Amino acid sequence: MQTVKMVVTGPFSAGKTQFIQSVSEIDVVATERRISSEEERSVKNATTVAMDFGRITVDEDLVLYLFGTPGQKRFDFMWEILSEGMLGFIVMVDSTRPETFREARSILETFRAYAPTPFVVAANKQDMDDAWELEDMGHALRLDKHTKLLPCVATDKDSVKTVLLELLYSILSEMEGK
Amino acid sequence: MALRGNLRDFTITQLLNLINLASKTGTLVIDGVSEQAHVSFREGKLAYARIGKEDGNLASVLYKSNKINANQYKAIIERAGQMSDKELGLLLINAGYVSREDILLNLQAYFTDQLRRLFTWVEGIFRFENEMLPPDDRINVRLDLENIIIEGSRQLRELEQLQDEIPTLDMALKFTERPLTNVNLSVDEWKVVKFVDPKNTMRQIGKTNKLSEVEIRRIVYGLLQAGLVELVRPADAPLPQSVRPLAPQEIEDKKTLVNKLIGRIRSL
Repeated sequence: MQTVKMVVTGPFSAGKTQFIQSVSEIDVVATERRISSEEERSVKNATTVAMDFGRITVDEDLVLYLFGTPGQKRFDFMWEILSEGMLGFIVMVDSTRPETFREARSILETFRAYAPTPFVVAANKQDMDDAWELEDMGHALRLDKHTKLLPCVATDKDSVKTVLLELLYSILSEMEGK
Repeated sequence: MALRGNLRDFTITQLLNLINLASKTGTLVIDGVSEQAHVSFREGKLAYARIGKEDGNLASVLYKSNKINANQYKAIIERAGQMSDKELGLLLINAGYVSREDILLNLQAYFTDQLRRLFTWVEGIFRFENEMLPPDDRINVRLDLENIIIEGSRQLRELEQLQDEIPTLDMALKFTERPLTNVNLSVDEWKVVKFVDPKNTMRQIGKTNKLSEVEIRRIVYGLLQAGLVELVRPADAPLPQSVRPLAPQEIEDKKTLVNKLIGRIRSL
């Protein structure tokens, strides 16, 4: 049995767990804990402290695992461990919370430094009225013109599928360039 | 859709950077602690700015910069009260008091000063209004933002914030496609620019120029903000063991695997 993995990363409360949940064939194995900080609790009640874990079986010989990283910086020691051997990664960003863009940039640069692995950026909550436009987000996140910035709604399975497919197309096209 | 937020999370230089790179037209409205600012842009270039009640009319700008004297200023206010700045400008040029260049240079300096004032604002709610343009009766300028952005970035001192912006110094820099012209760089900034090459990490550039980690981060941050450079993995960086180069057969196997994944995801 061969297993491959993709990592879903991004700031606190960007929608990583929901993203994985939308396509995983098993209930996401979440390592969530109640949030102690008052400020963070105003956003949500529980957060991922080690990793989320979802699974998509391709056939009897191949399984894709989706790993969600914890969003808070104090758990960043997990990031390098989770990134080892990944096929590619997705950076989730909440389009309605510009206060998290700086952290998203930082996470993106940190993951890029680990390995030259293909990645895409998913702009979550694009269905909300107060979502930033993709073009503005691209500049705010300092993405170059080759980086795919994709609209996403993490609760919508089709939207999540599109993001995963775009990452796989990037991986394929990188291999075809070799 | 919204381009709005809080200055605590998004600095003025970052906003200017975004407006510059996206070539935006419209007005940035900032509700500060005690004043409101309106800064207008056309295609990513500064057109007009005013803060609070100071409306920056042409007569007051020329008076403050000593281009007209107190008596002339008083006479203009009394006799040309209803005149637009454009009409007043023509009148002053035709009367030989000022030249067209005087007017543009002084307005540019005034609007730039207004922006500089905004660099000190750390609290405030901002929004960008695409439909809002400067008042019709005002003269607009057309000023590149790169130098103002670099100047504003120099004021970012907090190490923690710089580390957030540039988490590792082991990445390299390369020039973007934007031309490096008419940009006013300091000596230290030029020293860094000289070594911008995907082969050199920021750490190496800092060491070569005897810059501390904070100094190199601050300089690179300014260059990034102005859209002059971008971060890349160093050209000769060792790959992690898990990312060793693949043999041709392994590449084919991996392609087959990725195609299988694509088929499966499509069928979900």
